[in-house]
Formats: sequence, C-alpha cells, structure tokens
Amino acid sequence: MRATCWMNKKTVEVRDVPDPKILNQRDAIVRITSTAICGSDLHLYNGFVPAMEPGDVLGHEFMGEVVEVGRQVKNLKVGDRVVVPFPISCGNCWHCKQELFSLCENSNPNAWLAEKFMGYSPAGIFGYSHLTGGYAGGQAEYARVPFADVGPIKIENGLTDEQVLFLSDILPTGYMGAEMCNIKPGDVIAVWGCGPVGQFAIASAYLLGAERVIAIDRFPYRLRMAREKAGAETINYEEVNVLEALKEMTAGRGPDACIDAVGMEAHKPGLLGAYDRAKQAMMLETDRPHALREAILACGNGGTVSVIGVYAGFIDKFPMGSIMNRSLTIRSGQCHVQHYMKPLLERIKKGEIDPTFIITHTMSLDDAPEGYDTFLNKEDECVKVVLKPGVH
Amino acid sequence: MAIQQTKQALAPERAQQPTAESGEQARGLQYQYRDGHGRKRSSGSSGEGLATFLGWFSIGLGLAEVFAPRQLSKLIGLNEDHTLLLRGMGLREITSGIGILSTTRPTGWVWSRVAGDALDLSLLGAALASDDSDKGRVWAATGAVAGVTALDVICAEQLRSGLSDRATVVEAVTIDRPADELYRFWHNFENLPRFMNNLESVRVTGERRSHWVAKGPAGTPVEWDAEILEDRPNELISWRSLEGSEVENSGTVRFKPAPGNRGTEVQVELEYNPPGGLLGAGVAKIFGSAPEQLIKGDLSRFKQLMETGEVVHSDASIHRGLHPAQPPEDNTASFGKEEK
Repeated sequence: MRATCWMNKKTVEVRDVPDPKILNQRDAIVRITSTAICGSDLHLYNGFVPAMEPGDVLGHEFMGEVVEVGRQVKNLKVGDRVVVPFPISCGNCWHCKQELFSLCENSNPNAWLAEKFMGYSPAGIFGYSHLTGGYAGGQAEYARVPFADVGPIKIENGLTDEQVLFLSDILPTGYMGAEMCNIKPGDVIAVWGCGPVGQFAIASAYLLGAERVIAIDRFPYRLRMAREKAGAETINYEEVNVLEALKEMTAGRGPDACIDAVGMEAHKPGLLGAYDRAKQAMMLETDRPHALREAILACGNGGTVSVIGVYAGFIDKFPMGSIMNRSLTIRSGQCHVQHYMKPLLERIKKGEIDPTFIITHTMSLDDAPEGYDTFLNKEDECVKVVLKPGVH
Repeated sequence: MAIQQTKQALAPERAQQPTAESGEQARGLQYQYRDGHGRKRSSGSSGEGLATFLGWFSIGLGLAEVFAPRQLSKLIGLNEDHTLLLRGMGLREITSGIGILSTTRPTGWVWSRVAGDALDLSLLGAALASDDSDKGRVWAATGAVAGVTALDVICAEQLRSGLSDRATVVEAVTIDRPADELYRFWHNFENLPRFMNNLESVRVTGERRSHWVAKGPAGTPVEWDAEILEDRPNELISWRSLEGSEVENSGTVRFKPAPGNRGTEVQVELEYNPPGGLLGAGVAKIFGSAPEQLIKGDLSRFKQLMETGEVVHSDASIHRGLHPAQPPEDNTASFGKEEK
C-alpha cells in the first residue's frame, strides 16, 4: 500500500510499504477514505520529537471502511464506516474505566521508554513516534486498528467524511480544552492559537456557555476565520501587547480562563541530558513557550489555564509565582477522545457545530509531502489539509 | 546525603519489603531505598561504608594538596619546595575520591587509591633519604600513609568479595483483576512463557516440580528444573531451581489487594546466585545486562494479558531491536505466540 513515511527532519515521502495485517484478535483493518495532517504532526516533521525511525508511517487522524476484523471484535463488521480515535486504548485498565483513555495502561509497548523521561507512560498513539508505541499511522491506504472493539465510532448515516473526520482528534481536543475551563455563565475565555484546534476550542467555549471568547494569533487569515467562522473577538499579538489588550477588554479582571492551543515546538527531550537539550532547542524557538507563559500571566485571579497544545519535555522560566500567588489552576492532557466522540457526533448531527469550516486544502495522499510543506509554512492561507487515499 | 544514595550494596539478605505497601500495614514505616537494580541498599556492608569514608578522605586530602601545598609540606617535614608535585598528587586524590563516591561498586577506584598510596610511600622514602627534610615529621607522615594503605586494601578486598553475593530484582505492577484470578494463571507455570520473553517453555513435571527452558544466545537454550517452595493460595508462590542447576535462581510472586478497588498489587522478586560472580555467563545469558528491565517488561505483558486478554503488539514492537513503524512483511514476524 501507499503510506506517508517520515524519512528525516523536514522530509516525508509517500512510499510503498506492506499492507497491514491482523496481529491481535481485537484488531481491525480499515481502508482509509480520509485522513488529515495534524498540527502536532509538524512537531514530528520538524524533528522535535525523539524516537522517530526513518520509514515510520505517520498520521493519527483518519477514518474509513472496515475490511477485516479479528475474532474478538464483535461490534464491528466488514463494510462498517468508522472514525478512529488517535489514542489507542484497551478499555479494560483502570484509567480506561475512568474514561481517561489517553492514559491507557496497556497500549504502549514502549512504556519503559516514555517512563524514562515522563515518569509514567501515556497511551499508545497512531503514527506518533516510538515513545508512544511505534504504531504505523493513518496517512496511508490502510491501517491496523488495535482494540477496535473499544475505539472506533460507527458512522451510519449520511454524514460526509469531512463532517466527521475531526472526531478522531482535533474536535474533541478543542472541546476538552474548553471543558477543562469549567465555564460558567458570563465567563470570558481567551484562546492562544487559531489553528484547527484553536478554532474548535473557540467554538466549543461558546457551546459550553462562554459569554465572550477572545482569540490570539499572528496570521490575519487565521484571525479572520476565528472572527467570521467561530465568532471570536481577536488580538494580533504582533500588533498589540496581549496582556494590556486583554486587561482592557475585560476591564481589568483578566479572562476567567485561558486555553493554550499552541504548544511548544521547542521540545527535544533526549533520554540523557534532556534538560540541557531542551533548553538548547528552546533558544531556537523562543516564541513557542511564550504562549503558555503569556496565558498564565494573562489569566484572571483564581482562573484556569487549560493546556491542549502539545508539550513533550521541559520548559524554562515557568511563572510559578504567578500561578501560586493568584490561585490559578492548570489543567492539561492528551484528549480522551473516546469519551467525547459520541456526544460530539450528536452535536454535529443536530447542526450545533459544523467542523468542515477549517478545511482549506484537500489533496491526494500522494501529495502529502506538499501538504506538510504548505501547512508548515502557512502558505496559501492553509489551516487544515485533508488527504484522500486512492484519489489521484 | 545525595551522593550516598547513588551507592549501593548487593543485598546479602532477602529484600522482603513490598514496593507498594499501603494502608494499615505500612503506616509508620519508612520506605527503604532500593537502587535501580531492585537491590536493597544497605550502606556499611561489603566495604561500602569504608569506601565512602575513603572517598571523602581522598577529596579532603586532595584539596589540601592543591590549595595549601606549602603548609602541607611543612606539616609532613619536607623543606624543599614541592608545590607542583603536591598539587599533581592532590588532583590524583580528588579524582580517586570522586570516582569512589560516584560509582556504585568502586572496587577499581579503591585499588587506584592503593596504587596512589604506593607512590606516596616511595616519595616519602625518597624524602627520608634526602638531607633536607625533617626526619621525625616524614616518619610520622609515612606511618599515616601506611595506615591508610592498609584501610584501602581491606576495603578493596571487601568490595571484591561482595561481588559473589546473590543478586535480587524486585518489580511490581498493579493489575485491575482479582487476586485469585492472577494467582491461578501464574500458578500454572506453563503460562509463564506467554508473557516472560526470555522463556522458551515451562513444563510441569510433578506436583511441585517443573522443567524450565530459557532462550540463550545464538539459539542455545538454557534449561533447569525447579520446585515450588511455598504456595499460599491467592497470596504467594515461591519457587527455586534444584541444587546443581546451571543457573541457580529463585522467585517469589506476591498478590495483594490494591487499595480503592484498583485490583491487585503483584510483586515479583527474583534472586539468582551465579557461579563465578554477578556477571557469570549463565546469568548474563538469561537475564541480560539489565534484568530489572526484563522483569518490568514481563510484568507489563502479564498485566496486558490479564486485563485485555492479549499481549499488545505495535508494528515496531514485534521486531527485535529498532524497526520503523510499518506493517510487517509477512505474518511470520518474530513475535510468535498468538493469543486466544
């Protein structure tokens, strides 16, 4: 089959690799009809995530048609149309039972590697380095889906791929980011980053009852999308001082909660000397941890900072004094996607949210390298790239 | 003391301490430090305490030689200017000291002290032969160095003999299944190779006896017979290899309900007593250079098997060593056993 392979820093190639097969009896094989490039894939693309091997199949946002199931998969049959959540979760361990699916205790065969520098391991993730398991990803024609009896959600009605594809990651991620803010009537929410996750965080904050949502970015076309499609007020941080602007917009209170939908590119924790290397890397990407620091300083007293942008290692100059003295709450996590898929599918069906508004580019799978490049360089007003296997 | 925590001794006695004691039983007890090899630290035994003293002694003397060579010269009765020589010897002392304090088993570093002592003694001998020295003070210094040399030799000997101690690995995992279920599965030793990667097979040969075959290097299997020593239903199973086995080893698995209905805390303790020291060929073959890592992996697979019904495979993990996360070439990939 054709698959998007990470070959080296800033190099992905669409190559021929073997077709996936059932390895466990709870697996399913899915023929992929739509897949997307995630902002977090750019961290891999830029070479900031350790434990990548040349040839790793990328992609963790995908959907398609079930073509084979293992003996233990009773809920799916060949021909079913499914969206696959990005965390691989067994459904049996204690964390899965608490619906903290991205903390599955069994799905990362390389847990020992993750433990070395995170303390404990998170769940396995499709196409996201060997730290999270070394699973082949979904920017390909086919994918093997472990624990297919737990993760994939069936799409039985006439919804298009584009309407439901983002249930795999970014819609639930944005929604969880807003949910962690514990929004009450009258709340003002500030969102750093107007990429796909930021857009969905804005929309979700409104769905959850926010009075106002203020979005922060530097690309005019993304700010325009946040205003016109998601309904936010916007701040261009290259034009104004964000802290002053937020203070003024909230009459000195500060936002009740802040969402970091940017993450830190400058993460490169190795197994040894991780701290120094991370610091070194940060010198190259000084603007990235800036978002989290700013979100903390900007948050009103007693408020919540919700971190859904991806961080992998260590950060420097963390304003702990601001958090402690002002009773801030920090909440974070890889999204527990399986927990959110059903309710969000219902909201899509009812027309409460239409996730298609973020799609700016649809390409053939063969054009994945161009897609990565366009997305990374924010060319052609790119917000979200959807790839179609089998379309040339 | 931070530096002391990096030092350890191979536990001469069995490490009995459960890693996840909780509730009433553990209240009021202090957690006992175990090093990265799962061995209980017992400072003071096997020459460890003496080594620590010698390490600090080296650093103190070294600093004096480097920073106050003239005063030191005077103290030991040298009248000529030996500043450079003393500073050089000081650096050597500091190196030995740091080596001793920062190494888990500093036998080599302690021997480096013995070599340094010999050098010191010969230099003092030269000073005795020289006219330009205070003989009384030089004799006193020589006596002091000879005393320290004796300590160094004793310490190095203690450390060396300590190497043949039994090695113990203790690892634990929490599994969200009831203790009786886990006990029953483990009790049938023939199940062990399903999650213990280094085992080829285990065959039960009698009520308490079993025959174990482990994977060796280059496909050479290593075999031994074992017997059950203690068997407390749903609580504990203890076994050991029969006397005269190629690789003497013993193991205990304990099952204990976890607090808050989290399932069962499973603790495994393995001991092996290699002929010819810790790095004896047999043990290296079976347990590799990082036995605790192997046991940890085995316990993860045990948890996967009991909680999810299968050992979890990723596209990369089914291969030995590094492999790109791509589907395997064919179904005969190296992972082997299919789960039901």
